[in-house]
Amino acid sequence: MVTSPEALAALKLTLGASLVVVLINTVLGTITAWVLVRDDFRGKSLVNAVIDLPFALPTIVAGFTLLALYGPRSPVGIDVAYTRAAIVLALCFVTLPFVIRTVQPVLLELDVEMEEAARSLGARGTTVFRKIVLPNLLPGILSGAVLALARALGEIGSVVLISGNLPYHTEVASVFVLNRIESGDPVGASALAIVLLGAAFVLLLAIGAVRFYVTRHERA
Amino acid sequence: MLKRLGLRSVALGYLVVVLLAPLAMVFYRTFQNGLEPVWQALSDPNTIHAFKITLYATAVAVPVNTVFGVLCALAIVRRRFRGKGLLNAFIDLPLAVSPVVVGLSLYLLYSPRSGWFGTRLSEHGIQVLFAFPAIVLATIFVSVPFVAREVIPTLRELGREQEQAAATLGANRWQRFWRITLPSIRWAVIYGVVLTTARCLGEYGAVAVVSGRIEGQTETATLRVEDYLLNFNDSGAYAVSLVLATIAVVVLVLMTLIKPKEESY
Repeated sequence: MVTSPEALAALKLTLGASLVVVLINTVLGTITAWVLVRDDFRGKSLVNAVIDLPFALPTIVAGFTLLALYGPRSPVGIDVAYTRAAIVLALCFVTLPFVIRTVQPVLLELDVEMEEAARSLGARGTTVFRKIVLPNLLPGILSGAVLALARALGEIGSVVLISGNLPYHTEVASVFVLNRIESGDPVGASALAIVLLGAAFVLLLAIGAVRFYVTRHERA
Repeated sequence: MLKRLGLRSVALGYLVVVLLAPLAMVFYRTFQNGLEPVWQALSDPNTIHAFKITLYATAVAVPVNTVFGVLCALAIVRRRFRGKGLLNAFIDLPLAVSPVVVGLSLYLLYSPRSGWFGTRLSEHGIQVLFAFPAIVLATIFVSVPFVAREVIPTLRELGREQEQAAATLGANRWQRFWRITLPSIRWAVIYGVVLTTARCLGEYGAVAVVSGRIEGQTETATLRVEDYLLNFNDSGAYAVSLVLATIAVVVLVLMTLIKPKEESY
């Protein structure tokens, strides 16, 4: 049942889209956290507040708003509705805060003097980032990315309206499970649901491991 | 300087494209045809009923998860017991697992034909699945971690000195909790309650599985949005979305106001 071609296609699509989204939000999330901590501009506190919007907005409304702007009646002429790009877009929306919110506090605590010392010793911008900033941010980036991955793998509300849910093409794992249940096949639904549940367990353990590493590291 | 501006525009541009523009779009589209269709959709008895179901489920789930969250946080921070690490890890499960999987597990437990609990309960004439109790259970499940997650770090930083001082002065357990501990963690609790409320009002996946989506009976506000959209009633979907989006904006404002207080407790 997990090996039914439709389930496999849904699983592959979900995994692929989630990994792409996590990559996007890890890079852009780290940049955004940096801008929020180190940069200064008017309305920064407003921008900081807006980051949490995906936590506050019901996912179905998120999907609907994306459909309104990037769907068939798009006022900006971009129509990605019922394509895989739409799935990536929806998942970008719901997982946007995770990396930002795990990196931001670390960056706030990070001592600027370390970077200044490196620079006074002749290190260039990229070297300072690679050798000083990044290693310190890595646990935060990792735990944020894992949380985002878990969220993306299980997401349904924001995806269901904009993806079109075409089997083999734009049907993600959660939607497949929901469709199986609604067509009276809870066994077929359970097969894929167990895979999703297993993935959630593994990712929770991974977050636990990162936390454990950080606390041990801090004590040492 | 140039690099700084570049990073700033990348970050802000991304936020506008993914977050802000779509949100603004809903507010604009809702009122595009005037107030009449909005009012019509919101005064529809089935829409009002859907909002009521959502509010009732939230009204049950939030107090339950607030009490549970505070107790869990106290246990995790203050007690030593077997399986503490597991509890600490698995309290986050609802954040990591798909809401549809949560819905499926409730479905399998409470199905009146084959469920472990469902068959017994239906013998006594109690229906859980496709009725209000299942909606409440689903809502409680998905919103479990928020209060505990906010309270745990605050409780850790708080330490035990004040409570121990109170104890030496003769305060009993109950007095220590109400007079010392609770006032110290109150902003964390309130912040957690705000997050829990937002999650309950917006729940879709788990409720979609267990509610049966019967219009005017077991339909929640989020299911109402989908229902309107599938019936080509766009203005209805916009109107309900607008209400939910407005609540989300209020939640954001509350979060911004509470956060600094929580951090300095």
